Amino acid sequence: MSDQTTSKPSVRDLETRINHLDKRIQDIGDPITPAEVIQLRQFKRDRQELLRLCGHPTPADRVYLARHAGRPSVVDYVDHLFTDFFEQRGDRLFREDPSIYGGIAMFDEHPVTVIGTRKGKNLQENLACHFGMPCPEGYRKARRLMRQAEKFKRPIITFVDTAGAYPGQEAEENGQGEAIARNLAEMSHLRVPIIAVFTGEGGSGGALALGVANRLIMLENAIYSILSPEGFASILWKDASRSDEACSVMKLTAQDLYHLKVADEIVKEPLGGAHRDPDAVYHDLRRAIRENLRALSHLSGTELANRRMAKFRAYGVVDPKNSKNIES
Amino acid sequence: MSSNPFQKRREEIFNLKALRERRSITTMPDAIPIQQKTTICPKCHHALTLDELEENLHVCRCGYHFPIGSHYRLQLTMDPGTIREIGKSVKPFDWLHFPGYPEKLKAQRKKSGSTEGVSTVRGKIGGYSVVVAAMDTRFFMGSMGSAVGERITQAIELAERKKWPLIIFCASGGARMQEGIISLMQMAKTSAAMERLSRKGILSVMVLTHPTTGGVTASFAMLGDITLAEPGALIGFAGPRVIEQTIGEKLPEGFQRSEFQMEHGFVDQIVPRGDMRKTLIQLLRLHARS
Ligand SMILES: [Zn+2]
Repeated sequence: MSDQTTSKPSVRDLETRINHLDKRIQDIGDPITPAEVIQLRQFKRDRQELLRLCGHPTPADRVYLARHAGRPSVVDYVDHLFTDFFEQRGDRLFREDPSIYGGIAMFDEHPVTVIGTRKGKNLQENLACHFGMPCPEGYRKARRLMRQAEKFKRPIITFVDTAGAYPGQEAEENGQGEAIARNLAEMSHLRVPIIAVFTGEGGSGGALALGVANRLIMLENAIYSILSPEGFASILWKDASRSDEACSVMKLTAQDLYHLKVADEIVKEPLGGAHRDPDAVYHDLRRAIRENLRALSHLSGTELANRRMAKFRAYGVVDPKNSKNIES
Repeated sequence: MSSNPFQKRREEIFNLKALRERRSITTMPDAIPIQQKTTICPKCHHALTLDELEENLHVCRCGYHFPIGSHYRLQLTMDPGTIREIGKSVKPFDWLHFPGYPEKLKAQRKKSGSTEGVSTVRGKIGGYSVVVAAMDTRFFMGSMGSAVGERITQAIELAERKKWPLIIFCASGGARMQEGIISLMQMAKTSAAMERLSRKGILSVMVLTHPTTGGVTASFAMLGDITLAEPGALIGFAGPRVIEQTIGEKLPEGFQRSEFQMEHGFVDQIVPRGDMRKTLIQLLRLHARS
């Protein structure tokens, strides 16, 4: 699936070189002398070539892209895919958690509930929302919004981009485990369509807590895994530096997850990642959400819940034809 | 056992203890099998013979509860002669073709004598019909792979069909990493099954034992009608080491222990191992359908 020629430069390196070229292209600005015209043409050709090399990213490249700071966030998706957004705050139990962003909005002239994990755009925002890692109050806010969606028969669309639930002292004191568990339990039974869009990192139970959906869409370079590749390598091999290797064996890319039937659909990203052309991503994602909503719209509430439960019930059930996989 | 070798053994243990203290090792694993016949209590450093342990249900006189296996747990809890295994045919699977996983599973099976990290049974407690699942940390740290998730789910579904109360003894180090995303999906699968059971009006009792962490804590372990805990059990979603790395300081004594979780509202009662069966019978009586 992934091509891993050792000589191939990483997307991270390519990106540094592209940015360097961009700066030089900018420095030239409007070329005046013939020499500048030639140089500019050469730079642009080099840039094209570098971008081309970003094709066929390795799993480690995709992890890099999934975490890219320039990637559109849930706030961007809400701005570009929805209209008339009304933000809702607070869990009504304890407090507001800005790492979960949610509310009511219009999608194709129909009201929907939108909920997503939020990473900040600067340090101050990131400190407030724990770099996109929700606290229990965030998950409880999400649950409150989802219950309301069911009450008013609004479809739910979630955007997931989180390294995981926040592993802090207070988060544990307030029942991180209980908050996630309750979301999983209730989400499975909701009688409205749920579409989850994994846009970047999908880390562990903290991502799953917004991911019990009828349809799971993943951006091409999004990842979804049981824990971070670094954590995986340090627990399993006692060596965090082997994280690139972990990226490969963990089967965390959208393509892997599609084969494992966890992702239902992959939305393509522009060459070099979503941040290179966000408008193209918004366009394709809008179409994907529209089609999936349409496919679910004729189902009754009971059918929606039953099909969602059946989908999750099937994970980890061994096909008897295949059962020799471990027994020797 | 003659008293002389035993005396010698005690001295050795004593020396070992002194050595440990000199090295100022503060954290110790839960059970240090010095030899097959003696174990040192990690809390009070008292050396216990196997006979002593058995006699006290693997609880030290200081109150420390040693982790126990699932079969022993079921024997302690259930009416003799009523236990019928239900999940044994569910076996682990190498979903990701993970390097070395089949071999590792084989070694775990050999070491623990179990087929997976949970045993699920039906039977009786105090004459009441029940479905019971007992997790086992000796098998792969009680991590939840597809077989654990599937056995638990089938147990929940049997309770739903039979309308029998469900009791789960939780103990887990977290996710079965070698099964990756399929391991994660077990959280959603078991939680959905618990919700369905709950909506049918059937009692579920979760008993949290040492350690209950990770995906199990963020799924069925927190979804019971009644939540009990053994004394001193570590109960949490994130592990203490991860939290310490995040906040950059040491956690207070007793953080995430049973007593802490009861104080913070996540546990109904702390029940010592010796009282567990009695307490479960009381709960079954209080929920009996007339
Ligand atoms: Zn002791």
